[in-house]
Amino acid sequence: MLADIFINPWVDMFTAPDFLMQVLWEGLVSGILYALIALGFVLIFRSSRIFNFAQGIMVVFAALTLVGLYAMGIPAWISVGLTLGVMFILAVSIERVVLRPLVGQPDIILFMATIGITLFLIGFGETIFGGENKVMITEELGIPTGDTVLEPFGGLLILQHLDITVVVVATLLVLALLAFLNYTQMGRAIRALGDDHQAALSVGISLQTIWVLVWFIAGIIALVTGIAWGARAGVSFALEVIAYKALPVLMLGGLESITGAIVGGLMIGILEKLFEIYWGQPLLGGNTETWFAFVLALIVLLFRPQGLFGERIIERV
Amino acid sequence: MKDTEGYVTADGRQIGGTLMEMKNITLRFGGVVAIQDISFDIREGEVRAIIGPNGAGKSSMLNVISGFYTPSEGEVWYQGAKRPPMKPFEVARQGVARTFQNIALFEGMTVLDNVMTGRLTHMNAGIASQALWWGKARNEEMENREKVERVIDFLEIQNIRKTPVGRLPYGLKKRVELARALAAEPSLLLLDEPMAGMNVEEKEDMSRFVLDVNDEFGTTICLIEHDMGVVMDLSDRVVVMDYGKKIGDGTPDEVRNNQAVIDAYLGVPHE
Repeated sequence: MLADIFINPWVDMFTAPDFLMQVLWEGLVSGILYALIALGFVLIFRSSRIFNFAQGIMVVFAALTLVGLYAMGIPAWISVGLTLGVMFILAVSIERVVLRPLVGQPDIILFMATIGITLFLIGFGETIFGGENKVMITEELGIPTGDTVLEPFGGLLILQHLDITVVVVATLLVLALLAFLNYTQMGRAIRALGDDHQAALSVGISLQTIWVLVWFIAGIIALVTGIAWGARAGVSFALEVIAYKALPVLMLGGLESITGAIVGGLMIGILEKLFEIYWGQPLLGGNTETWFAFVLALIVLLFRPQGLFGERIIERV
Repeated sequence: MKDTEGYVTADGRQIGGTLMEMKNITLRFGGVVAIQDISFDIREGEVRAIIGPNGAGKSSMLNVISGFYTPSEGEVWYQGAKRPPMKPFEVARQGVARTFQNIALFEGMTVLDNVMTGRLTHMNAGIASQALWWGKARNEEMENREKVERVIDFLEIQNIRKTPVGRLPYGLKKRVELARALAAEPSLLLLDEPMAGMNVEEKEDMSRFVLDVNDEFGTTICLIEHDMGVVMDLSDRVVVMDYGKKIGDGTPDEVRNNQAVIDAYLGVPHE
């Protein structure tokens, strides 16, 4: 028993490095998607102190819109453009109808409001697109579907082209977001707004513009995640679950930290895969991926309540 | 109406025409009257102070000027035109920069980033161009950076450029806040108690910076302070407020000898 926990997994990893690489690769693919979606949370949280419960349903809504538009006979790439337009309208409406009237209310009220947005989007989405599962228009978007087989260490490593595309696109998006936040005035305004509303106003930052902007960025992220995850698992309301995977990522990385979101996402993606394969399946009968991330986050919280990269909570008396 | 010629100060600086004029400003919060029918002007190039005991309504007045409060009655005239009710960020974009009594900085960002936000009012490149770090946005960023470095040099905070603001001591934070306001190259700079909570040495530093800013950039400054000594040395003209009313207006010497002002500060026995 003890050997199964402490020795055998490492032996397995060492004796079959090609399989280990396969596991790491698959962990990386989910990890980067978690990181991306956590970034959406962090952006909204930093600029408005709102924990956006609706991020998950936005993924579903974006994917449904894309598939729905294509089903109406609109070419795939134009559908993508139109979906972006819909996400922008959604951002403007949320700012106008939900956020603006609630300015200055306690955080918990705004959090409840995002639950309201979630419920609305579920109902709205089902009314327009129907509740049944749909297939993501992967091929129509020109996303390659084959695979490449490598033979490292004389073993076997299969890389799905879809996964490679996801990793490349998500990485580019994350890098672009980082550059935008750190090296442009708009990005600086987003970061500034999260720190101090009054000061932000005094340097000419418009709350409304920034809020629309961050919700739109969250919408773009939702669309990319929706396409990537939808291509693997189909488009249905169950996709929402991927956003809840971002919760442990946020706990782990810290709610305010962009670095935290990225590192946390990758860590959870990879560690949960490793745990599932080497410990979960042989010892616990598998399916550990549903809870592993939360337990990991809980353990981190015990030692660092602000997360690995979060702002230290200092109370000055 | 008002002369636009301006005047010459005691130390020989030429002061220009009216930059901002407050006309019969009244500000009420429910039943409380914070400001009652106050009028005064701010002229180009001068250092104008608003003083008064605690609770006189000085900060409220500054908030009216910077658009954080909308006056219940009265008009604000700026650069020769009547100003419609505006949001604070719109006022900022018109060239009015300010600091806060209780320091409002972006604590999680570095000094450099904080000062860079001061340039936001000068941002013209579109969002798309910024997102792609392209052409106009890129040139603008370089240009802004240059101006910001000059302000940082000027206020002698080069050595803390990369330090997160949250870690700085109080006096330096005040200076960073001034730097951010200056980076906007404002037509009118509002300082809300720039010397509050400072020790003598820091006060002297800050006074020097305020004078230097006015001197070097010709920036019009309107400041609030309740330390009489500081105000008298710094300013060209002083408005004195007490209980929401204006009780004096003039050069420091005139104000110093004004009986109402002496009473407000030293107190008079009530009969």
